[in-house]
Amino acid sequence: MSIKLKALLKSPWVFHLSTGSCNNCDIEILDCLTPRFDIERFGMLLVGSIKHADVLLITGSGNRKSMERAKRLYEQIPKPCLVVAVGECALSRGMFIHSYNCPVPIDKVIPVDVYIPGCPPKPEAIIAGVVKLIEKVRKSTEKK
Amino acid sequence: MTREEVLDDLRKKFKDDIIEVFDKSPKRVYVEIRPDSIVQVASYIFKDLKARFNTASGVDLRYHMEILYHFLIEDINLLISLRVKLQKQKLEIDSLSPIFEGSSWIEREIHEILGINFRGHKDLRKLLLPDDWPEGVYPLRRDYKEWDKNVIRDRGV
Amino acid sequence: MEKTIIPIGPYHPLQEEPEFFLLTVEGEKVVDIDVHIGYNHRGIEKLSETKTFDQSTFLIERICGICSTSHPFAYTRAVEDIIPIEVPERAKYIRTIIAEGERIHSHLLWLGLAGHFLGYNTVYMWAWKLREEILDVMEILTGNRNNYAMFKPGGVRRDIKSEDIPVVIKKIDSIVSTLEMLKKAVIDDPVLHARTKGIGILSKEDAINYCALGPTARASGVARDLRKDSPYGAYDKVEWDMIVTHNGDVFDKVVVRVLETFESIKIIKNCLLNLPGGEIDANIKDIPPGEGIGFIEAPRGECFHYVKSDGTNRPVRHKVRAPTFMNLPTYKATVIGEDISDATIILAAIDPCYCCTERMTVCNTKRKKIYNGKDLIKLSREKTEILRNKMGVK
Ligand code: SF4
Repeated sequence: MSIKLKALLKSPWVFHLSTGSCNNCDIEILDCLTPRFDIERFGMLLVGSIKHADVLLITGSGNRKSMERAKRLYEQIPKPCLVVAVGECALSRGMFIHSYNCPVPIDKVIPVDVYIPGCPPKPEAIIAGVVKLIEKVRKSTEKK
Repeated sequence: MTREEVLDDLRKKFKDDIIEVFDKSPKRVYVEIRPDSIVQVASYIFKDLKARFNTASGVDLRYHMEILYHFLIEDINLLISLRVKLQKQKLEIDSLSPIFEGSSWIEREIHEILGINFRGHKDLRKLLLPDDWPEGVYPLRRDYKEWDKNVIRDRGV
Repeated sequence: MEKTIIPIGPYHPLQEEPEFFLLTVEGEKVVDIDVHIGYNHRGIEKLSETKTFDQSTFLIERICGICSTSHPFAYTRAVEDIIPIEVPERAKYIRTIIAEGERIHSHLLWLGLAGHFLGYNTVYMWAWKLREEILDVMEILTGNRNNYAMFKPGGVRRDIKSEDIPVVIKKIDSIVSTLEMLKKAVIDDPVLHARTKGIGILSKEDAINYCALGPTARASGVARDLRKDSPYGAYDKVEWDMIVTHNGDVFDKVVVRVLETFESIKIIKNCLLNLPGGEIDANIKDIPPGEGIGFIEAPRGECFHYVKSDGTNRPVRHKVRAPTFMNLPTYKATVIGEDISDATIILAAIDPCYCCTERMTVCNTKRKKIYNGKDLIKLSREKTEILRNKMGVK
């Protein structure tokens, strides 16, 4: 387990999943890829298939229709994996908490490791969040 | 045609179909018509007056349901809203989708969230709600109640 | 011939919103398309009925992150239409500036993604780099990169400081030269011509029949722009041109968007230089019973809001109609009959706030072959590559 985790931290590949968001969080995630922020410096790469991913970035307020798909996607991601919830919607559904189509918060369905608040969080915040996650996991593996 | 001509024309042509014309402001007119004549009036406005169909909006009011069809005539900058009132016992109206494609999706949506049936619509499948949404529950009706037992509505603090 | 069904979506590696397409193909030709939406439905119309008129603006902003000005703009105009009331001049100018800034960043975003779909990642990176500059401008003017919270019924929430104006103008000017370069790279490129010309044609009749909006309609020769036809904000006070092209193919849609970006820059500069003084808020107290309608030209087309009030501080009904809702059904007219390798770019051409292309359904019917989104993008890129080699362009 720990060796796998350790290998994962060298160059985490992220997959981005939106479950009924307003798009802003998703665009900010894409923004991280572009020249100004350029997360590839840290070895992070946005991948197109969940089967290649190590980190799942999840946004949005957990809409009924897409949560079904999200659950299935989570089953397909190779474990161990890390899950990061990006944005107020993914944290607590924000403004959409009373909506008829957003029944439960995401972290009741998928276990979340790190929460990045903000509506939307700035790209800097997203990068910082992922880096913190890596640090944390690294420390916990080193102890063992 | 100017604005006045358009309105006079409508009044004359559809004398029996129009119930009320409410001239709200220079850019907005609300015309209430009988539900049976929606196809004639709408196709006249769309085809002959060269209006663009904006959208339709349904409302659930206390004694009846209402659908507003909004048409914009860009040359004279006039928005005509056709209002039809439907009795709650008989939620049915003719579909506009055979006349122009633009209305087909919005009718699907109204069918889904308010439960109004559109006669002659080819494809009234669900558009927005999930497949396991219960039959006969319409979220935008006044009497909508939470049906799902598993929802969580607090923030966990 | 054997029919193949290609599910695209609902999740795609690079796009934002999930949407799901089912393409039926015979050989290489697309013969049918079915669109499933609803992966983003959050019941905002219902939620809005539980919020006050003032609170609603914040909710409405979060309908779409790219259109976080268009929706509040249309909504505030609908509320002002109930009373009815005119907003102060200065507020009108500020609204126009913010709305145009959004148009620039939205068009650039689309341009980048279109480049990405065609295998031109350089265009993607350049366009998004430029977009950052615009977001900086917006941050100076409003305090945030997206979700500006500038609009309120009756005016705007924040004023533009006079010392910011020269900074902003300088920043905008610095964009123009890079944008010119990008325009040349995109519009004069022979490979792009070969890839996008004559593909996914939406005829003028179809555009009218499907009630298509915005750049999608203008590329098909429907010369309709609400900013000209039904002027609001400060659009009737500044000089600008409506961009109309006549072929209706993907290339024309690119051209319309790129040229519109230049017009938007012109409008912003004009507005900033002629910003009138005075109040920025009309201070609305009560909203009487009645109905109001507001519509504006969002980057993707007309955005329409209908608000019904009964005299309390909450709306009874709030209907939101986003432009993509009318533009999406035009797929039936544009995709059918085309090659599958062109399908991605045609689907992207209306700029549909959409997101797709990672396959989730499993069709295990025997003779159905299944492609997923990545294969499709790959097909699209391979085609560009082949063309490139044929034309001898490196
Ligand atoms: S957190 Fe805010 S910006 Fe992010 S998806 Fe939700 S509403 Fe949009």
